[in-house]
Amino acid sequence: MNTRDYALSLGDDALVAAQRMGEWIAAAPQIEEDVAVGNIALDLLGQARSLLTYAGSLEDPVRTEDDLAYWRDEREFHNVHLVERSWGVLPERPRDFGVLVARLLVLSTYLCELYDRLSTSTDETLAAVAAKAVKEVDYHRDHATLWVLRLGDGTEESHTRMQAALDAEWPYVAELFDDAWVDPTLVERGVAVLPSTLRDPFDLRIVDVLARATLHLPDVAAAVGGGRRGVHTEQMGYVLAEMQHLTRSHPGATW
Amino acid sequence: MVRVYGNDFAPQDAEPARPAAPAEIEPGLEDFWRIVGADGRIEPRDAMPEDYRRSLVRQIAQHAHSEIIGMQPEGNWIGRAPSLRRKAILMAKVQDEAGHGLYLYAAAETLGVDRADLLDLLHSGRQKYSSIFNYPTLTWADIGAIGWLVDGAAIVNQVPLCRCSYGPYARAMIRVCKEESFHQRQGFEALNTLSHGTPEQRAMAQDAVDRWWWPSLMMFGPHDAESTHSEKSMAWGVKRFSNDDLRQRFVDMTVPQSEALGLTLPDPDLRWNEERGHYDFGEIDFTELFEVIKGNGPCNKQRMAHRRGAHEDGAWAREAATAYAEKQAARKEGSAA
Amino acid sequence: MSDRRSWPLFEVFVRSRRGLSHVHVGSLHAPDAEMALRNARDLYTRRQEGVSLWVVEASQITASSPEEKDSFFDPAGDKIYRHPTFYDIPEGVEHL
Repeated sequence: MNTRDYALSLGDDALVAAQRMGEWIAAAPQIEEDVAVGNIALDLLGQARSLLTYAGSLEDPVRTEDDLAYWRDEREFHNVHLVERSWGVLPERPRDFGVLVARLLVLSTYLCELYDRLSTSTDETLAAVAAKAVKEVDYHRDHATLWVLRLGDGTEESHTRMQAALDAEWPYVAELFDDAWVDPTLVERGVAVLPSTLRDPFDLRIVDVLARATLHLPDVAAAVGGGRRGVHTEQMGYVLAEMQHLTRSHPGATW
Repeated sequence: MVRVYGNDFAPQDAEPARPAAPAEIEPGLEDFWRIVGADGRIEPRDAMPEDYRRSLVRQIAQHAHSEIIGMQPEGNWIGRAPSLRRKAILMAKVQDEAGHGLYLYAAAETLGVDRADLLDLLHSGRQKYSSIFNYPTLTWADIGAIGWLVDGAAIVNQVPLCRCSYGPYARAMIRVCKEESFHQRQGFEALNTLSHGTPEQRAMAQDAVDRWWWPSLMMFGPHDAESTHSEKSMAWGVKRFSNDDLRQRFVDMTVPQSEALGLTLPDPDLRWNEERGHYDFGEIDFTELFEVIKGNGPCNKQRMAHRRGAHEDGAWAREAATAYAEKQAARKEGSAA
Repeated sequence: MSDRRSWPLFEVFVRSRRGLSHVHVGSLHAPDAEMALRNARDLYTRRQEGVSLWVVEASQITASSPEEKDSFFDPAGDKIYRHPTFYDIPEGVEHL
């Protein structure tokens, strides 16, 4: 594992998260929220593009962001399972706003800690990307927090649904903090951040928000991960099928 | 290079309609007619004819609904955009449309209606949106064609509204038009890339233009002789140019652009008329348009079901936020007491 | 019931850059001021149109009414001494 692999994994997280987030545009509870979700998806997509472009630039021959996004197969994607899952808790409710809010809280809180630390990386490009991104994800966390408070401490129904959404997302949190995939020498050289060291500040933040929202930390077992090794959930194939099919139908074309 | 993007709308021979007061002015409306006659702006708390108010609510709401429903046909391609750059552009564009809808609902609300009521009217089918959004987006080229033709037609329709007599509507339109010109440019650019790309891409672009050309022309509404709302609207200074004048302007603007794209417009009667100084074009078949307006278009039911679904699925979250705000207000009061 | 299902209306004011006043740009709906401020940021400053935002619940605004216009604004109409062009300045005097 090298800097390229590290940047690629972080880029894949942002890309797949943005791809999923795009499904919410024109489907949010209020038109104002459509605009907000659009901003968040655009920020994540921007982060993905920077990270993929950087990863591709470290290859020989160089690959572009689009080469990496559109022409890799599922096993070559290294994102965590959290970002690739669909938006439903129950089959009859395939798109649940509570799940969006829960995932956004988890993802943005993790990314805040990650990018904050990465902004002092010895790798200048990663440091620059992270320094820009940390301001964006800080706003995402703020947005998610406002909604967690309102759904958690709103009506009885919203409280139940918010807790159910958190419970559904929580098994996929552990994978974010798994160290196994990060090469220790990258950490020693100050290029990468050891994921497990982000867990305590993450928990502190989450516990505080959930307490204020009258919610409890889910007591559920961690799911078996594998995303960092390219082993995904069954849903990932559909994400990529949608994202890649047009581009792959026209090899060599420019858009 | 031909002037491809003409937002500075100044028709060469079509003179803008002058607002005109009726022979007998209702008492209390003297100021209204004086201001409208002098090309001034009516503001929310001014006295105004009741049918002026009602007609504006209808028009602005329909316009806002169109922006909101219009997010769907293009949103349909966000997940499949063929490059990350195009994906970002399309996301930003669809997001802009939500924004335009909000600017316009805000303008309508200055006339004493509530957005929730307007949305109810949309969801129950009692208020309409532009029929163009009942056509499907079948290929990626449709995204380009919509930007170029549909947004292009919208700009021609909307730029004169920046000077309409109702202040909040005019101001909303200024914001909208500024952002729409970005949409039209990105549409043209996307289509231009296709029409100069592989043979398959080129065919895709031509097919999209073939399908969107006539519906775009219909966006200007029926011929002047059959237009029901036009006359009053012109007297009030809301509408400045007739449907046919605007349509002609759009055709004149678009034909040279199609040549730059290297695509043909699907009208065998389309040719330059030296004498008129305009392009002649074929007869528009409005029978299909009226079917689409009646609800029998390819996507009417789908668009409405999606819109209603998003609204209903989100009700619990909106209610939660209201409940939370009330609790917070009560807590504040409790701690102050 | 209608006040229950619909979020209140907020008016939005944007300072486009330092040195200028906040200017009214439009309105939006939000459950409370905290959310209104966020929504205003997303909606009215997407293209970096502002450096500062105010949101005010529309129902909290007290406005002059058009009928009061004569007594409210006309008296200022003849106070031309409030306008700088009222004063004759000898030619050649600059920076005034």
